Amino acid sequence: MTEQTHFVEIRHAQKSFGTLEVLKDISLNVERGQIVGIIGSSGSGKSTLLRAINDLDPLTGGEIWLDGVQVNKTLPHRQYEKHINEVRQHVGMVFQHFNLFPHMTARENVTMAPKMLKGLSQADADRLAEEQLDKVGMLERIDYYPSQLSGGQKQRVAIARALAMKPKLMLFDEATSALDPELVEEVNLVMKKLAEEHMTMIIVTHEMDFAASVCDRVLFMDKGVVVEEGPPSVLFKNPTQDRTREFLRKHIEGAS
Amino acid sequence: MGLDFSIIPKYMDIILLGVAWTIGITVAAALLSFVGGIIFAVIALYAPWLIRQPFRLIEWVFMGTPLLLQLFLIYFGLVQIGIDLPAFVAGIIGLGLHFAVYNSELIQTAILAVDKGQMEAARTLGLSRTQALRKVVIPQAVRAVIPPIGNNMIALLKDSALVSVIGVSELTLSAQRVIGKTYRPFEFYILAAAFYYVINLCMEWVQRKIERRISVSR
Repeated sequence: MTEQTHFVEIRHAQKSFGTLEVLKDISLNVERGQIVGIIGSSGSGKSTLLRAINDLDPLTGGEIWLDGVQVNKTLPHRQYEKHINEVRQHVGMVFQHFNLFPHMTARENVTMAPKMLKGLSQADADRLAEEQLDKVGMLERIDYYPSQLSGGQKQRVAIARALAMKPKLMLFDEATSALDPELVEEVNLVMKKLAEEHMTMIIVTHEMDFAASVCDRVLFMDKGVVVEEGPPSVLFKNPTQDRTREFLRKHIEGAS
Repeated sequence: MGLDFSIIPKYMDIILLGVAWTIGITVAAALLSFVGGIIFAVIALYAPWLIRQPFRLIEWVFMGTPLLLQLFLIYFGLVQIGIDLPAFVAGIIGLGLHFAVYNSELIQTAILAVDKGQMEAARTLGLSRTQALRKVVIPQAVRAVIPPIGNNMIALLKDSALVSVIGVSELTLSAQRVIGKTYRPFEFYILAAAFYYVINLCMEWVQRKIERRISVSR
């Protein structure tokens, strides 16, 4: 096993559901502070790749390394559970459908894991909640329940919840796809703010404009492989592959 | 021999003591059935095979046999193996476990119905499966089953009359004792019925309060 040299390193990732191969030998490196976008049509494997990084969808082959630690290393079950829980504390994830805990207020959503896993006192946890919710512009709604919030507000709380664990890496799985168009911008703004703070992020998205404006690098995936990758200025303006061109044409025409 | 309700006040103290016992037993058994229901549900869904199988047998006994028989077994039967419980304790345990099994069925279904994104979100934060169940999944499942559990609790109140057969002076037995003295079955059974009705109303009121309180957090 070679030592990793990149912050996030995916080596020959392979994933099958039965006979269906959804990831075919994908390798990807992400440096600290980099923002990588993954685009592609549904079924291309982009969400599966993202969900493999924190082992929500374990790979069937290949390795994932994060900051010197192999995420999917082979361990006996109990030890593996301990290991993966530890790894996940450093990886924030934001879901398409928010997955806020409906029985907890925004404050409780944000403080639950830090209190439970890091033993924060109530006072420290409250301070943390205020700080994180302020960052996403949700301080005023700190004691609201998710059912009292709009989609965009829910997603911002969900981002604050992930940030409260002080992650090294943030994963966004189509964070704005379930939102009404007028609510997308408020979430994008929060993500841009994180980008300015040099948070390392991997973003699966359908929004080409957004990917173009925040990402250092964009990957286009199709049928379980990375077809093409490069800086957004190149990939969006001068794609070299036919499949990329076709996808972009459909997407950009479809959007406008 | 006509009806004469004016006799009631004279025996009201006995009846009221019965009411107190009925409320006490119902509340205690309800709490036991609620906590037990959650524990049983978790065992049924997540415990290893070796624990789950004997538990299934217990579940079958409580669901498949008459509550009356279960009360006899707990009160009279257990004495033979050295467990001599006071009648009211035996009553609470019998009623509590019997309804715990029914509550467990409801809670199991509700746990399975919680969106799997909830477990994923909790695991993503670094919680173990057990922690995620405890803090995220089970509280939501429990909120979802408050209305049907409320129905079970009304049934529990009515079935609490059965503990009269092991000698607990709850409302029904108190009424019978008064009737034994006065030969006025109609008056005192009606009075007992009225009290059951009032307790019932109170329980529905509490249930509505709880439902209203949790409605925003679902």
